[in-house]
Amino acid sequence: MAKATFEVPALSQYTEVPPVTPDAMAHSAPFKSKDEWQDALGFPGELPEDWQAKAIDKMGDLLGKYRSLRVYMDSCVKCGSCTDKCHYFLGTKDPKNMPVGRQDLMRKVYRRYFTLAGRFFPKLVGAEDFTKEVLDDWYSYFHQCSQCRRCSVFCPYGIDTAEISMAAREIMDSIGVGQKYCNEIIAKVYRIGNNLGLPGPALEDTLEGLEEDVFDDTGVKVRYPLDEEGAEILLVTPSADFFAEPHVDGLIGYGKVFHEAGVSWTISSYASEAANFGMFIGSYANMRKLAQRIREAAIKLKVKRIVFGECGHAWRVAYSFLNTLAGPWDFLDPRYPVPQHICEFTYELIKEGKLNLDKSENDDKVLTFHDSCNVARASRMGTTPGGQFEIPRAILKATCNNFYDMDEDTIRDRTFCCGGGGGLLTDDLMEIRVKGAKPRLDALNNVMQEKGVTHMAAICAICKSQFTKVLPYYGMEMDQIVSLHQLVSNALVLTPGEDDEEPDEDDDLDKNDNDEDTDEAA
Amino acid sequence: MAFLTNFYAFLFYFAAFVLVFGLIFKIVQYSRTPAPLKIPTTPAPTTRSGVVFRMTREVVLFESLFRGNKWTWIFGWMFHFGLFLVTLRHLRYFLDPVPFPIQLVQPFGIYGGLAMVVGLAGLWVRRFAVDRVKYITATSDHLILGLLVLIGCTGLLMKFVFHTDVVEIKSFFLGLYSFDIKPLPGDPLLLLHLLLVASLMIIFPYSKLLHAPGLFFSPTRNQVDNPREQRHIAPWAKRLDQQ
Repeated sequence: MAKATFEVPALSQYTEVPPVTPDAMAHSAPFKSKDEWQDALGFPGELPEDWQAKAIDKMGDLLGKYRSLRVYMDSCVKCGSCTDKCHYFLGTKDPKNMPVGRQDLMRKVYRRYFTLAGRFFPKLVGAEDFTKEVLDDWYSYFHQCSQCRRCSVFCPYGIDTAEISMAAREIMDSIGVGQKYCNEIIAKVYRIGNNLGLPGPALEDTLEGLEEDVFDDTGVKVRYPLDEEGAEILLVTPSADFFAEPHVDGLIGYGKVFHEAGVSWTISSYASEAANFGMFIGSYANMRKLAQRIREAAIKLKVKRIVFGECGHAWRVAYSFLNTLAGPWDFLDPRYPVPQHICEFTYELIKEGKLNLDKSENDDKVLTFHDSCNVARASRMGTTPGGQFEIPRAILKATCNNFYDMDEDTIRDRTFCCGGGGGLLTDDLMEIRVKGAKPRLDALNNVMQEKGVTHMAAICAICKSQFTKVLPYYGMEMDQIVSLHQLVSNALVLTPGEDDEEPDEDDDLDKNDNDEDTDEAA
Repeated sequence: MAFLTNFYAFLFYFAAFVLVFGLIFKIVQYSRTPAPLKIPTTPAPTTRSGVVFRMTREVVLFESLFRGNKWTWIFGWMFHFGLFLVTLRHLRYFLDPVPFPIQLVQPFGIYGGLAMVVGLAGLWVRRFAVDRVKYITATSDHLILGLLVLIGCTGLLMKFVFHTDVVEIKSFFLGLYSFDIKPLPGDPLLLLHLLLVASLMIIFPYSKLLHAPGLFFSPTRNQVDNPREQRHIAPWAKRLDQQ
């Protein structure tokens, strides 16, 4: 089905470390951002004459603001522990995709302008001037990092290439060299409320459609409310959940779980996006501005709790940063952590025995679970470290009879990124996405051969979109990737409500007048 | 000989000055730079004491490196632990009377010296033999390895082959404390050994050797995983809230 203009790597039983092949991916670079989007984010639209001085100033500014950047620029000893850990290196052979190779693109500039040794003996310590060629390399290779943090697990100093990629993108944005995909999307959230540019009325239609579908399917009225003031829970979920496959099946699942829990909930059209792309571009200001929308929505809708849907980088921003960016959350119900993950919510109900689950509904599948990188290595679920691994698996085991984990070296905190995270989920980066998926798909292929696995469940919108697109390149089926809550949805035996016999639609959704333009709602 | 003694006395004052103040400068710089976001590599400890335990494992056992690459871990740990024992053994030149634990550690210091050189050799071989490591190696990486190997070898040679007057060396270093410059033995091997050690002290705060203090300041390793329970905010970020 998928036709590639590049060579798709052959899967192997275990991912082998390839020989270093310099510049194998030097041609890869995403489309550039345009004036209007740069402007919306507070960045210049074009490379100024004195870009070099401006970039170095910005680097100095960030070195003073982020301890991570400062310490990580100094600390690397070039031990090589990270060199075979990045899925993009394993898939492309390009040494600048080794974490240290990528970091060194910035480190050589740092050394030249910010260290004594680099100022006086640049050759000796590998320091280099910030030339246009170096900038081009930055644009290319800092957009071949999905900020998945696998390298940071194995670094003896915990150097996290994600921190460096984010800083590099922030520096590039500050001199007008932005990436189209991320910046266009952020601008869209400011204008409309979500990454996909779905305006309120379109959301309302979609959610009504879901209610009908679920009713037709099950004969039970499950509500998918929008902008309902006074609901107990605000659900913030990636906008892909509203229509993309298999995402929407997950959203259906959340609604069913809320229905069974008997709590009122709502989605907000103003904060209808969980994924915070401000993180991808390393912009604290933009990330904060995006996160504040959730705070405003929570106040406006007078909710008591916030629950996040399945999304990896979103959960990182939610779990790790939301309190910082948009807290304190003292106006919400203090009995619950803010925010909660939908998996935490579902898991609690399972533990309390409140969900009637019929595992045999998923007997047509043999499942494995893909730990999404930012859930695995940048967040937590539950109260104990590692809950982010155990809780989704517990849900899987409660909803399916057939479950097998992939190779231990490729799951939990050693999981491989899907290849599309960190702002790379765009068609202009298809080659790096396909090649970067190889290590994950090697492991998947392995359990398919040995255990007869048919489907892989994930809890991230990016993972789901990425695999849907990339699996066919490797001769697999696009629908082999499923939402975790899709399995919950299949297995959940719904409790009928009092009015479930009458076929009439209940139509008490808030109609909100939304004047925003609809041309982006493709 | 007086010139050499004076030169070395000055050299060690200078090297000690650069090392101490260079490191203090970097440590102050690291500690003053805020970490605006919670970024521990998870699963991470949820308590302060858990973080101390995690950090101890990193410092003493090189846990992450162990998970990352067994060969680098074996050689790297051998070198560092060897260097640690050697340093303890050398404290006898700087302390009078020599404390009992330092007396006890003396023979182990010799094994440490051997382990150190073997470990360094292994690490150096990797820089040529593994194509990925070769790619990321700069000239300075070779030079630092060379410096450390030479320090180890000159030290071992003095121990096993060309002995030097250790009593005189001790009086030289103890004299430096009170600016009382005592003669240093003129053995070329000793002079080379000391020159290299002084160079190492001088480059320490200006090179990748900063990984030593750096580890303690690494947010992915030293942060507590409690962002939902405790609001974490940097001073510069707080100003955004007040706007």
